[in-house]
Amino acid sequence: MVATQQPLEGVSLAMFQLAQWLRSPRPYLMFIGFALFLGFWYMAVDVWKLPRFAQLPGPDAVIKEWFSRNPSFGISLFTPDYYLDIWASVRRIAIGFVLATALGIPLGLFLGWSKTFREYVFPVFELLRPIPILAWVPLAIVMFKGLETPVIFLTFLASFYATALNTMLGVESIDETYFRAAQCLGAKRSQVFLHIVVPGAMPFIFTGLQISMGVAWFSLVAAEMVSGRYGLGYLIMNSYTDVKYPTIVIGMITLGLVGYATSTLVRWFGNRMMQWRVRELALSEAA
Amino acid sequence: MTRALSRSILRGTIAMIVFLLLWELGSRSKAWLGFPLPWISAIPAPSSVIVVWGALLHDSGYWQSCYLSVLRVMAGFFAAMIVGIPFGLALAINRTAYGVLFPTFEVLRPIPPLAWVPLSIIFWPTQELSITFVTFLGAFFTMVLNVIGGAKSIDVRYFQAARSMGSSSFDIFRRIILPGVLPSIAVGAAVGMGITWNVVVAAEMISGGASQATGAGGGLGFFIWNSYVGGSYPQIVVGMISIGIAGYLSSELLRALGDRVTPWLRRR
Amino acid sequence: MSAGAIRIEDVVKVYDPGGASILAVDHCTLDIAAGEICMIVGPSGCGKTTLLNAIAGFHSITSGAIYLDGEMLCGPGKPQAAPGPDRVVVFQNGALFPWKTILENVAFGPIMQGRLSRKDAEDKARHMMADAGLSGTEANYPGELSSGVRRRVEIVRALMNDPKVLLLDEPYRALDSLTKSVMHEALLEIYYKNRVTIFFITHDLEEALFLGQRVAIMTTRPCRPKKILDVDIPHPRNYSILTAPRFRELMEETVDAVHEEALKAFAAGEKEGA
Repeated sequence: MVATQQPLEGVSLAMFQLAQWLRSPRPYLMFIGFALFLGFWYMAVDVWKLPRFAQLPGPDAVIKEWFSRNPSFGISLFTPDYYLDIWASVRRIAIGFVLATALGIPLGLFLGWSKTFREYVFPVFELLRPIPILAWVPLAIVMFKGLETPVIFLTFLASFYATALNTMLGVESIDETYFRAAQCLGAKRSQVFLHIVVPGAMPFIFTGLQISMGVAWFSLVAAEMVSGRYGLGYLIMNSYTDVKYPTIVIGMITLGLVGYATSTLVRWFGNRMMQWRVRELALSEAA
Repeated sequence: MTRALSRSILRGTIAMIVFLLLWELGSRSKAWLGFPLPWISAIPAPSSVIVVWGALLHDSGYWQSCYLSVLRVMAGFFAAMIVGIPFGLALAINRTAYGVLFPTFEVLRPIPPLAWVPLSIIFWPTQELSITFVTFLGAFFTMVLNVIGGAKSIDVRYFQAARSMGSSSFDIFRRIILPGVLPSIAVGAAVGMGITWNVVVAAEMISGGASQATGAGGGLGFFIWNSYVGGSYPQIVVGMISIGIAGYLSSELLRALGDRVTPWLRRR
Repeated sequence: MSAGAIRIEDVVKVYDPGGASILAVDHCTLDIAAGEICMIVGPSGCGKTTLLNAIAGFHSITSGAIYLDGEMLCGPGKPQAAPGPDRVVVFQNGALFPWKTILENVAFGPIMQGRLSRKDAEDKARHMMADAGLSGTEANYPGELSSGVRRRVEIVRALMNDPKVLLLDEPYRALDSLTKSVMHEALLEIYYKNRVTIFFITHDLEEALFLGQRVAIMTTRPCRPKKILDVDIPHPRNYSILTAPRFRELMEETVDAVHEEALKAFAAGEKEGA
């Protein structure tokens, strides 16, 4: 960047970055990659009809179904059921994730902050952690009855562990020097917690939240596939048992898109909360 | 043993005992308190879990389930390492390969591994292969991501130093990139192992023990599901704890292996 | 703002007495007058930071005592001092809070102690920063500024609390020598306005002789004063004194002592930052 120019902001910055991107080989390589993937899929299923691939739904079948106003298998961009399924999954994720964050962050903060608390609580926490979330499915069904609550519980549990652990690591990652500086400057323990521990752990907390969102989706889909009504996981499983193969892929693609959108939301939120880090990182990359 | 260490062990032990007591009390809350606590009373009590577990230790079917699950985890996990590490390295080294393949990889990654189960069942001839494939997918994405991240974070000065001392490209690969990536592989392995167990358990629950005749199916995931369906609730907990132990042991094994392979990371 | 005289009396510090038993400070006695710039020179790892940490209250001492203006900071019955705004530390790698703006950083101390309202603290901060030539950086985050500017901000942050003593732990170590010379003159300027006691640790003899009124050369671990001298070059000083004959004489007197300890430390394979 030329030092004498005014730095670009906002829209003009975005346009500049877009122009830079288009000038590099990256978008064209990316296009080639997608083309290869889709091409192979199409050829293997529809043209060459390779032995195992022939039974899979091909890209044209999926696209046709997804965009059709009157889909033969009942789910497309134009059917309300599609959006009902999306909403069901998103709703469960939202509840589970928000609860997990509300409980996990404070727990993680205390685990990192207070040695006494950690010595009592962490062993029990670690004891339960090796049990895979999905192993809880039957117990969750036994405990909570109904169809919604077990699914939300599993999403919550997975998300909770990831958030709490990363928050704790975040507190532990704060350089000791900051605590000493705060002590010199006369801060009391509660002030240190508010002004040092919480902001200092933020980068780790947000990484943790992204991971947590990922595992939430992972658990949600599994829980929906095993026992649920509505939702994308349920849609995929159901389409399989009802032999509506293109719909399976529609479900998968939708999952990918929605999952990506939620992760981006978390990341975007993190960047807003931690302006200082964004700027710091930008400067170090430019250096 | 220092006082501080023994104190922390004591505290941890106290906490666990309190936890078990609360669990026992909660499960039997109907009898002890007069009314059942909302969700906790449905959980089988630790005492009954221990009893049932004791009986199962003599049951060969139990051990076979353990064995099957561990086998699947290992198979899927090592497949993920064998394919994932070279793939990740190739992407890290070659800019063109990265540009072509990484975006597609990133687009497929948000799709949860279990969403692939139906397609996997359609595609693969046997149930076993379809479960292994999904297991493989779970760990594969993590492993590749970690390898790429690890390769990128190798300080560029190591490359410069090597070149100035006359290393060939192959030498650089063998002596700079490979060791530099090993710690990330270790981390990827640890995370991937956790995902793998989750996937195996879920896949076993979903595909069920439908083909008992052929010997496929089974495993601890199926064991847990079956216990639920059959109404033997303490067995559910036994299954959960068994998986937990197996998962913990496999993670520890990996960590020990990782330590041996990266001695320079050990603290003095 | 009161005195700030420090008395370090026969202090011994042993790390990990039940285990590795490392003697870091060995019967060290040192007097620092109020308002004096006292430079502590020694090779890396000799234990000088331990002394600073003891005064600041981050470490305990095994025996001996440390007094501030006659009051015991730590000693028999009270092995560790309580950290406080009367003895503020400026750390080696900087400790400005990265998540707060410069203004928030500088105003932090008085606000936390409840001595000033937020508005008053920020006003005072702006004032002191202007005095130090740092106006215009208030809204930045520390990550956006150069290390030289960050160090100066940290010193202002410390001074906001009207401390008796300023404890500086090799603050300019990571800076290049050109920036260092600017930092030195800036520090002296601040000192002339505030006359706070300065306890400055460094391994750079030239820096010590330039800034200090008193220089204590420490032995390599375990640390005790090997040679103490008064630098009789008058204040105010500027960089021209580096070539003055008296400066060169003082260097001659002391460079052997420092070099001797440096060789010993090298032979002992000292790790950094002890």
